[in-house]
Amino acid sequence: MRIRAKHSAALASALVIALAGAARAEPDLDAKLVINGDLEMTTIAPAPAHLEGALGDNVISGWHYRDAATRQMETDDFENPAMSAVDEALAAWDTVDGSEGKSCADCHGAIEEGMKGVTAVLPKVTEAGALWSAEDFINDCRTNRMGAEAWDWDKDPMKNMTAAIALQSRGMPVNVAIDGAAAPFWEQGKEMYYTRYGLLQLSCANCHEQNNGNYIRADHLSQGQINGFPVFRLKNDGLVSIHNRFAGCVRDTRAETFSKGGPEFHALELYVASRGNGLAVEGPSVRP
Amino acid sequence: MRKLFVLGAAAMMTLPSVLSADTAPRDVAFADDGSVAESLTGVAGDPTAGLENATSRGIGNCVACHVAEGWKDAAFPGNVGPALTGIANVYDESQLRGILVNSKKTFEGTVMPSFYNLDDIIRPGDAYTGKAATSPDVTILTAQQIEDLIALLLTFDEPLPE
Repeated sequence: MRIRAKHSAALASALVIALAGAARAEPDLDAKLVINGDLEMTTIAPAPAHLEGALGDNVISGWHYRDAATRQMETDDFENPAMSAVDEALAAWDTVDGSEGKSCADCHGAIEEGMKGVTAVLPKVTEAGALWSAEDFINDCRTNRMGAEAWDWDKDPMKNMTAAIALQSRGMPVNVAIDGAAAPFWEQGKEMYYTRYGLLQLSCANCHEQNNGNYIRADHLSQGQINGFPVFRLKNDGLVSIHNRFAGCVRDTRAETFSKGGPEFHALELYVASRGNGLAVEGPSVRP
Repeated sequence: MRKLFVLGAAAMMTLPSVLSADTAPRDVAFADDGSVAESLTGVAGDPTAGLENATSRGIGNCVACHVAEGWKDAAFPGNVGPALTGIANVYDESQLRGILVNSKKTFEGTVMPSFYNLDDIIRPGDAYTGKAATSPDVTILTAQQIEDLIALLLTFDEPLPE
């Protein structure tokens, strides 16, 4: 009887472990992301040399860390809730705005042609030596070419347009430059990535390099790749920009965060993007 | 110690910010191994308050990173840190105090936050607002909250998982 009791206790604890395992699967690395039935996405890629093995052999899209239902939403543009935002941006693309009487299309033509591959190499250093994200290029067009108002970095018109532009690179490998004029920005971003901010003294690396695959409460820590941005976050019911996500992470270390669109997050964006060189551009992706 | 506390408590009524029985964060005495022998408050810890603290998102939030049999009813404990089941068989009171006050003195470079520490804080914020801190001397937990957590952890004397 005693033995039986012990045996059933062991069985019960095995069951608990099995259940915990079911609820908290490691990233499902066998899952394949195919969008609309024909666009095969590179969600696991050989790690860029500059990482020097920090993430092991491969870099992995955050898509693999999400539950099956969330992953499914990204496989079909009719299910992807970001696509209504893209539709709004496509309408804006063709709409004249500002004192010069121009639309985006007047200079860039069809977005499918004019913006193809653009997101894959952003952020990048301009001829004038500034590190620019998609948002900077968009506002430069709006204010200097169109004579229109700049869009707020983190409001819908801008997020929608960055999603529509990212879509024109979907499936192409992230390929940001980190050498030459980009090198000092990249170094700045790398230093930030390993700096332990805030009262909690946490760096990006503490969670996304040392602990990806583990959980903080119910949050499954991924590698923190940004190839899927802007992302549609189900909990926000809307698009989230790269800098918004950075600001949230730094805030959650109980730190004074950095400003969206500021020089620090530009540098961090370049560095984090470079950690995903080789992954397919997934924007706009779907995350919990 | 108790006498000191009574003295401190009396003083607090008139000079709350100047005199307190609590050991200030920068006055905590660490042994070479990172342990802290002396109670931070002189008041025995309360394990019930410790459990509330450990499982509350806005306070200690130990469950964010640790599984423990002692809080098995908490939803979705994390696993960034080690399981704390049976931890009282691994570390004594002084070691637990040292780890909670400033984990880095025991485990160099550990991810674990230092819960009663003011040093080496980069860009301190005002709670979780993302804004700059309004006071330079805020710790994650109070001295008594640390003592309450120690009291809780000392009850975690289950056999260690194999």
